[in-house]
Amino acid sequence: MDKLRLLELQKQATIIRKYIIDEVFSANSGHPGGSLSCTDIFTTLYFEEMRVDPKNPKWADRDRFVLSKGHCAPALYATLACRGFFPEKDLYTFRRIDSYLEGHPSMNYVPGCDMSTGSLGQGISTAVGMALAGKIDKKDYRVYSILGDGELEEGLVWEAAMAAAHYKLDNLCAFVDFNGLQIDGNITDVMNPTPIADKFRAFGWNVIDTDGHDIEGLKAAMELAKRCKGQPTMVVCHCHKGRGVSFMEDNYGWHGKAPNQEQRDQAIAELDAKLAEIEAEIAKVKEA
Amino acid sequence: MGKVATREAYGNALAQYGADERIVVLDADLSKSTKTDTFKKVYPERHFNMGIAEADMMCVAAGLATCGKIVFASTFAIFASERACEQIRNSICYPKLNVKICATHAGLTVGEDGASHQCLEDLAVMRALPNMTVISTCDEIETNRAIKAAIDYNGPVYIRLGRLGVEAVHGEDFKFEIGKGVTVRDGKDVTLVATGLMVQESLKAADILAERGIDARVVDIHTIKPIDKDLLVKCAKETGLIVTVEEHNIAGGLGGAVCEALSENYPCKVKMIGVQEKYGKSGTPAALLEKYGLTAQQIADKVIAAKG
Repeated sequence: MDKLRLLELQKQATIIRKYIIDEVFSANSGHPGGSLSCTDIFTTLYFEEMRVDPKNPKWADRDRFVLSKGHCAPALYATLACRGFFPEKDLYTFRRIDSYLEGHPSMNYVPGCDMSTGSLGQGISTAVGMALAGKIDKKDYRVYSILGDGELEEGLVWEAAMAAAHYKLDNLCAFVDFNGLQIDGNITDVMNPTPIADKFRAFGWNVIDTDGHDIEGLKAAMELAKRCKGQPTMVVCHCHKGRGVSFMEDNYGWHGKAPNQEQRDQAIAELDAKLAEIEAEIAKVKEA
Repeated sequence: MGKVATREAYGNALAQYGADERIVVLDADLSKSTKTDTFKKVYPERHFNMGIAEADMMCVAAGLATCGKIVFASTFAIFASERACEQIRNSICYPKLNVKICATHAGLTVGEDGASHQCLEDLAVMRALPNMTVISTCDEIETNRAIKAAIDYNGPVYIRLGRLGVEAVHGEDFKFEIGKGVTVRDGKDVTLVATGLMVQESLKAADILAERGIDARVVDIHTIKPIDKDLLVKCAKETGLIVTVEEHNIAGGLGGAVCEALSENYPCKVKMIGVQEKYGKSGTPAALLEKYGLTAQQIADKVIAAKG
């Protein structure tokens, strides 16, 4: 990936992070920690990898995406809005009574949302169904899904993992947002789902480890997934919950809590500083 | 005429209508029992065994449906409606996806497998889900027509099927419409409102009642939801007493649905015959129906008692 493209994607990710903060702040509820954690995966998927058409969100040949960790809807909505599926101003209606942006995503309300999710474990299983449909119809679309690491405690994830390998769904590429934290604390204290990579390998998946905030690494993983035949791919993304906002990073207390005005302002200031830094670098690259 | 189980009629119907390439059939390691293997023999490329993983089967069905498939997902009623209930709720009914859950081995007449496998709550559980249509068929022809109707209807449908071979109630010219009850025997003194194989038992009960001078009407309610309110009100007006008969716990099933419809529209006396808040047990189907009070003679006796 050339330097300028990478900087543009990093800038996009930072803009998405700002929207996540403001969605949760406007709603005075929601899940900022996990949303900030998976933002770079979202950015790479929707701005670099996936074949989608915001003007035709139900396009039959589009790549599909299922947010298995549905509580990170703020990240999905901000990404879809930035990608042009609906106006960014609607993000400020998140979780309101007259809004189509439910606390957890609904495919029947949100343009670009391919599956209703929120109940953990179910999203990856529906993604298996979509990938199976692609195989039946001999279509070349790909199916992507993001899971939480805590979500791996759901038995259904492993039923789905078994089925995806059994039916050789190499058109399925999933990501686990491995930030190590869930609502009640460290995943290894609450109910240890590790070792994650070994488990998926044992279930017959092609497994790739990467830094979940390294856009080039994520893009490379997606390319490797496409080249893998006969196996679904799990990209184990090493992430930091609350990434990009100093006081939220690696703090499970921000799993499902909204910032107050002061905290929101500080978060936005930090992200604006990051944006200025990236823009300065972009200017430098363009000059050179 | 020979007896045919509704599960067998289901498998045959899938094979009969299966040329439609949108149809995909999923099973959870019970395809020989649910009879989806009849479809598999004709269209193996569109039959997928999901293994002993019912929750996954329901969500995979949902995912397939988002891609334009008409998905039939089958297992025993207990595992479909109760083990995978929340998957059906959140991944199929909430997004209103085109999945047909065809659940076999419902009711007591599973027989010797006993209580763990005899589902007596599925109508109540499935009926509680918004967007779900709930069907319970009584014979081969009705099952065949219900499967066709489910293919033509866009949205989630739960179809309750049985293991036991049953006699025919309906003829080849039978017209099936979702939500429309069928009067299978006319009468003026009482209406027996039945579903599934209790339609046959109720018809026999009506014969017994006729000998006692009671002219019983029998209505086959194949669609539990949406229920045919108009027909129920008409029967209540014309015959007074309504008696519901189901191979299901009385809580929330056919009896519950009928009471809800009548109490809002035409309050009247309703006697509910069914399993009285109990689990089943091992035994032959005939012995089980006797033990739980669901034979024609027992139904007739309860009607006489209710008539006072």
